[in-house]
Amino acid sequence: MVRKIFAKDNKIKTWNLGGFSTSKNIGFYYGNNLIIIKFARIFELTNFISTDSMSNDIKIRKGLDLKLMGLADKTIAAAPRSKKFAIKPTDFHGVTPKMVVKEGASVKAGEIIFFSKYSDRVKFASPVSGTIAEIRRGAKRRILEVIIEADAEDTFLEHGSKNVSGMSGEEVKELLLEGGCWPFIKQRPYDVIANPDDAPKAIFVSAMSTAPLAADVEFLLKDRMEDFKTGLEAISKLTSGKTHVSVAAGSSLADGLNGVEIHKVKGPHPAGNVGVQIHHIDPVNAGERVWVVGPEDVAIIGNFLNTGKFKADRLVAVSGSEAPKAQYFSMRVGTNVFELINKVPSSVRIISGDVLTGDQIANSGFVGFYHNTITLIPEGKEHRMFGWVPFLDNHIPSMSRTSLSFLFPNKRYKVNTNLNGEERALVVTGEMEQVLPMDIYPMQLLKECMAANIEKMENLGIYEVAPEDFALIDYTNTSKIEAQAIIREALDLMIKEVG
Amino acid sequence: MSFLRKKLDELKRPFNKGQKWEKFAPAFNAFDTFLFVPDHTTRKGAHIRDAVDLKRTMITVIIALLPALFYGIYNTGYQYLSQTGEAFTFLDAFIHGAWKIVPMIVVSYAVGLGIEFIFAIYRGHEVNEGFLVTGMLVPMIMPVDIPLWMVAVSVAFAVLIGKEAFGGTGMNILNPALMARAFAFFAYPTYMSGNKVWVSEASNIDAVSGETILGSLAAGKEVTYNMWSMFSGAIPGSIGETSTLWIAAGALFLILTGVGSWRIMAGGVIGAAFMGFLFNLWGANALMSFPWYQHLVVGGLAFGIVFMATDPVSAAQTFKGKWIYGILIGVFSIMIRVFNPAYPEGVMLAILLMNVFAPTIDHYVIEANIKRRKKRLATVTAKSA
Repeated sequence: MVRKIFAKDNKIKTWNLGGFSTSKNIGFYYGNNLIIIKFARIFELTNFISTDSMSNDIKIRKGLDLKLMGLADKTIAAAPRSKKFAIKPTDFHGVTPKMVVKEGASVKAGEIIFFSKYSDRVKFASPVSGTIAEIRRGAKRRILEVIIEADAEDTFLEHGSKNVSGMSGEEVKELLLEGGCWPFIKQRPYDVIANPDDAPKAIFVSAMSTAPLAADVEFLLKDRMEDFKTGLEAISKLTSGKTHVSVAAGSSLADGLNGVEIHKVKGPHPAGNVGVQIHHIDPVNAGERVWVVGPEDVAIIGNFLNTGKFKADRLVAVSGSEAPKAQYFSMRVGTNVFELINKVPSSVRIISGDVLTGDQIANSGFVGFYHNTITLIPEGKEHRMFGWVPFLDNHIPSMSRTSLSFLFPNKRYKVNTNLNGEERALVVTGEMEQVLPMDIYPMQLLKECMAANIEKMENLGIYEVAPEDFALIDYTNTSKIEAQAIIREALDLMIKEVG
Repeated sequence: MSFLRKKLDELKRPFNKGQKWEKFAPAFNAFDTFLFVPDHTTRKGAHIRDAVDLKRTMITVIIALLPALFYGIYNTGYQYLSQTGEAFTFLDAFIHGAWKIVPMIVVSYAVGLGIEFIFAIYRGHEVNEGFLVTGMLVPMIMPVDIPLWMVAVSVAFAVLIGKEAFGGTGMNILNPALMARAFAFFAYPTYMSGNKVWVSEASNIDAVSGETILGSLAAGKEVTYNMWSMFSGAIPGSIGETSTLWIAAGALFLILTGVGSWRIMAGGVIGAAFMGFLFNLWGANALMSFPWYQHLVVGGLAFGIVFMATDPVSAAQTFKGKWIYGILIGVFSIMIRVFNPAYPEGVMLAILLMNVFAPTIDHYVIEANIKRRKKRLATVTAKSA
């Protein structure tokens, strides 16, 4: 196999211990993996990608697995059916909603309630049948929530069940657009809902999650494999290129999946981020588009095609040290959290999503459209005396070794929302690189983003990143820079200037 | 603790937004946040944050400096007392040194922090912690007998021209502490070089010689110290620079905590050793034939590489760049030592020179990354065309 990879290199030396070296590479076997170290890259210490040449394994070395208290127990309870559900236009970055229903109108589950003003083919459906109770607006009359008072039982808008294998890509696309399933399909670059007029060069599904306390994808899909397969078959028709599915190394999720490229991914967070996987599989160049779909969203799409009903059901992991009961709940998209977790004290922050990328919601708020996790952690509105002294307050985890917490990598920590310092000028270098497993210089990119220098941003790889890829930089950086917000703003600028 | 907190909140009231002393809030906050980590919570982005902050990082560097500082204080007394011939104890030497050095530290912090506070109030931002390290470094790289007013002027120059003129912490091109030393070196050369300044009172008492090893080598004299004295630091020199042993302890701490860049340190040692070795082979004069491993332990090389070259703001910022930057500092330090006997202390100039070139080094490292990206795009375009 070695000779095959380095066919052009005739100076292969094989070592007794099972390794080999060529003029430009050194390699050895580690278990079943062939690990190749490229001399050209050795000083960079970045791309120690190990590749088993037979499958498409990706091994990520850089990153950080945050171990927090309150991992959801793998039991499923049915969430009580909320009286109110909501679709929040704020979940869809860049979408300006144009309402098609008025307050008081009654809707079926799957009926379109608004569409995107600037891309009118992208439509958003009601998750339940009921009455539009309120269109809640914020500053400048921006629509924040469309709240639907649910009927006791759903009546669905019927699209009729379909046999996907006989459908063309265009037919699938039209059906998903009409059925309100399109918002599940997002694009890179820019991390926004895909434009149906684009032709993506590939589609990526990351069927794994490495974020702290995030829902376990294998568990989410356990009983939905048929829908998942149908969904994969359908979305793979949307591209002329390949459809890539990444699963965690050791997971059996990939068994029996046909027609897609499987990648086994190993490594700490953000290895599960689809953006990191894209970067290692088929990076996005200027002008290119790839589409990404969440794993459970694929199953929802599959279910829609199999049954003809927009039945956006999810398993949501309620987790975190303050969760009344850390376990999985089955629920519809847009469920109200109050009925799920009851009243929690104001000293607890409720996050729809994971602690790194999620959105804070009120106790009376609704679960986000894309979220599989609800995290409850304590607020950190407290002073800590001399908390800045190194090796004090070791109960707060730190990636830097100025806290003794690095000695206990497997301990689960209770963390709060304190900033643990104040924002400062960017001083420390080399720390951002440790949590961004991409061939990108994060600090230089962030600085160009702050300066809004479009050409430099392009050069440094803005098309390859999404805010979530910078979440760990938010978390770890000494200067408390808001990296995700900076990247989001820069991407918005790129949408405006480059498109 | 909660009593103190309440008292502080009460005192803080006039500094709050819309109150009469609002403008001076940064000054108050600097003291407040020194006592307590503030109760600020995350508003956007990640909801949780690492325990590390700039204060913690800077204090870590100061902790790393302490062994060298304490040894420097002792050595100041030791150099003086051992030459006057009186019997003395460790404590005598330490007290003699402390009388000289503590006032320098006080002056350095008072002047530097004073200027930092004024700029923070004027610019309306919080006081950055960077000067905590600079303020400690400046006295440690000065000769012991330099008048306090010169320390004050040098620090003022370094902070005003070296840092604030560029926009403050994080924006400066040159290492501020080295700016202070370079300023003193060129403005008051008689206090900063020669054979009369490196031991306490050497310029007042004839019996005391204050010549450094590099100074005597440059003058073509024999070196009378053995390797252990050079390594442990019982030699004349700037206050903090003499003990490679204790500097190495600080370096180890910086590397273990991850605060100091091991790449720069390793690069510096490799570069200096390589250059020293080359000159050993050449061996045209006393400095050239001075063994390469002794080059590593005399003068300010070790201190410079560990504590000055690793300043993240003025150093190269990319991993590859750090290697190149470190190696070149080592190479140039020895080169300046050997070729220019007027400046036996090459490391200061080498670091300042490389500070200027650090952005250029990074530029080429990053340019390689950009080229990879453009090449990838070109292959894709070629394929589709």
